[in-house]
Amino acid sequence: MSHAADPAGTVEAVTRTPYKWGFATEIETELAPKGLNPDIIRLISARKEEPAWLLDWRLAAFTAWQAMAEPHWAHVHHPPIDYQDLHYYAAPKRRAGPARLEDVDPELLATYEKLGIPLRERAILAGVEPAAGEAAPVAVDAVFDSVSVATTFRATLAKAGVIFCPISDAVREHPDLVRKYLGSVVPQGDNFYAALNSAVFTDGSFVYVPPGVRCPMELSTYFRINARNTGQFERTLIIADAGSHVSYLEGCTAPQRDENQLHAAVVELVALDDAQIKYSTVQNWYPGDAEGRGGIYNFVTKRGACRGARSRISWTQVETGSAITWKYPSCILAGDDSVGEFYSVAVTTNRQQADTGTKMIHIGRNTRSTIVSKGISAGRSDNTYRGLVRIMPKAAGARNHTQCDSLLIGDRCGAHTVPYIESRNPTAKVEHEATTSKIADDQLFYCRQRGLSEEDAVNLIVNGFCKEVLKELPMEFAVEAQKLLAVSLEGSVG
Amino acid sequence: MLEIRGLTATVDGREILHGIDLDVPAGEVHAIMGPNGSGKSTLAHVLAGRDGYEVTGGRVGFGGRDLLALAPEERAAAGLFLAFQYPVELPGVGNANFLRTALNAVRRARGESELDAVQFLKLARAEAKRLSMPEDMLKRNVNVGFSGGEKKRNEVLQMAILRPRLAILDETDSGLDIDALRIVADGVNALRGPQTSALVITHYQRLLDHIVPDRVHVLAHGRIVRSGGAELARQLELEGYAGMAADAA
Ligand SMILES: Nc1ncnc2c1ncn2[C@@H]1O[C@H](COP(=O)(O)OP(=O)(O)O)[C@@H](O)[C@H]1O
Ligand SMILES: [Mg+2]
Repeated sequence: MSHAADPAGTVEAVTRTPYKWGFATEIETELAPKGLNPDIIRLISARKEEPAWLLDWRLAAFTAWQAMAEPHWAHVHHPPIDYQDLHYYAAPKRRAGPARLEDVDPELLATYEKLGIPLRERAILAGVEPAAGEAAPVAVDAVFDSVSVATTFRATLAKAGVIFCPISDAVREHPDLVRKYLGSVVPQGDNFYAALNSAVFTDGSFVYVPPGVRCPMELSTYFRINARNTGQFERTLIIADAGSHVSYLEGCTAPQRDENQLHAAVVELVALDDAQIKYSTVQNWYPGDAEGRGGIYNFVTKRGACRGARSRISWTQVETGSAITWKYPSCILAGDDSVGEFYSVAVTTNRQQADTGTKMIHIGRNTRSTIVSKGISAGRSDNTYRGLVRIMPKAAGARNHTQCDSLLIGDRCGAHTVPYIESRNPTAKVEHEATTSKIADDQLFYCRQRGLSEEDAVNLIVNGFCKEVLKELPMEFAVEAQKLLAVSLEGSVG
Repeated sequence: MLEIRGLTATVDGREILHGIDLDVPAGEVHAIMGPNGSGKSTLAHVLAGRDGYEVTGGRVGFGGRDLLALAPEERAAAGLFLAFQYPVELPGVGNANFLRTALNAVRRARGESELDAVQFLKLARAEAKRLSMPEDMLKRNVNVGFSGGEKKRNEVLQMAILRPRLAILDETDSGLDIDALRIVADGVNALRGPQTSALVITHYQRLLDHIVPDRVHVLAHGRIVRSGGAELARQLELEGYAGMAADAA
């Protein structure tokens, strides 16, 4: 309506709040020599005291990887990555063995303190619910560079029969479970980054919830990349046995560094009959500066298998960080009546690039999936939703609903929606809705007329836009996510 | 309270306001009437500080301050409220949340303490009740899916909660049935006091049966062509704008 100061016009004037989590920890680190070859893989495997089968598994992945090429179909651009110029193993020295908090380097505890991650278990009485208003305890696995430095509440969880530990501990302590499920959802040769991860993965979390058990607390893993020139290749494996229930949160940050750092994770989820897994991510890797220098390359393969009848997997993600995000959390809906959900907010500012979305593969009968994707682009960033809904011939009665909304702040950013729909069963119903909107001048003016600053107005509108996704997050995480959105978009208007 | 002197303003390079002079003393309610396209909304937007409405001359004093030097949110904090002719939808933003954020922003700017959710809801419910508005209006998203009348009533609710020193109502009465009209009038009358003022922009005289103005001004072609007492509104109702608009041309 007016010729007015489009919010974009002033994007130049951005004084972006510096990335708050950008500090580095001075700590002695054991680094493997740079480069990737079978010897490095043997070294990683030896450091982790792994059984022979796992070394063979890694080497097979490496062979597969060598024959593969970096994928280039995503809507992202980056200079070639020299995979021989990275360290594939970095561990804080004086590693504290399995999770005795007293043994953890105080420098590391201080780091997590600074990040606001509770590594000290608050005393809780078994079976006593936290008082209203008091935060419920959350079990945390803290992964620092290549290793897990602490896992809290292991004893409490063990009482319920829940296994929650670093995956390297699980390899030693629960070899049968690991061997049975590792790579069963994302095989070694699945894609370039998954193959790379399978060859060199270092740590990550392992969760097993036995039949009929409702996990008594939220589980979370906090990933921190610290060392220079290292990649982080974590591997997470979560198994929810029949009729069980688990909610898992993942958070991540990295120091502010000029060079790009590679993060190539694999997450595998398995839900058996009637089991439910809720997997939430708040991803806040260092995004690089306003000119696009530095930042994490986040190339992640996340996949959940709804193996059992009536099982349910839901992915909720709030992505604000990384220079480049390449990530498609997916569900393979094999069990009849199983349900897959994907709720996503992806924010890009400055020169960030995100190509993210999901795949819902409907195999079983009456399988249902819901996709809600909210993309927010500001600055000169590029935000792509890429989704695949595939209905296999036996998936009679399958249903999908996809809702894909993009919000643009300014006029130099991009939003793209790339939905692929393949239906091979005539009884299936697939619906796709997409919208693109701008934060309109009249909305900003309306808010400002009521006394809100331009920044508060943007936050309010953005939070409104993301509401359907944010409400899927566990409460405390939702509050975190809202703050993070505010910080990420600070200065993007005005 | 409000002193407008020689105000000229352009939109898209075209001059719409050709020199407005207007005084609204504290405690008074003035009405602005005039045909469609005469510049009433433009004047309201200029006073509220909307981007794209460029002031090319004149000045505006507000409670002794230079209104035109303030950002829109500063004008709001100083006590200026505009009830929009076309209220804006904010999808996903709860009305109560919006209002509390606004009220607290204004209170902060005035050095007052913020209200927590419980205190706010108590206040908002009381105001909603006083204006005979359904309470669920607070739970809905700002103006989303509201009927025309509901949007206007929502503006009045916001005004009641924010308690401005100067309320500008831009055709808040248009499209309202008689009950809704009374609610709007009650809202304005409740705000009346020695320290508060209102500028009521309307097309019709009927609102002025319920809000009796101290002065009535007729705006035509970007100029105030007549000013008078409450009786001027009734005269306009009978004679129409034609004669006065001709005066201005
Ligand atoms: N945003 C705008 N862009 C272009 N022209 C406008 C805009 N706003 C108002 N105008 C023009 O300014 C004149 C006055 O309009 P307005 O102030 O809305 O009148 P009123 O409220 O009295 O009906 C009209 O000719 C209208 O077309
Ligand atoms: Mg108008």
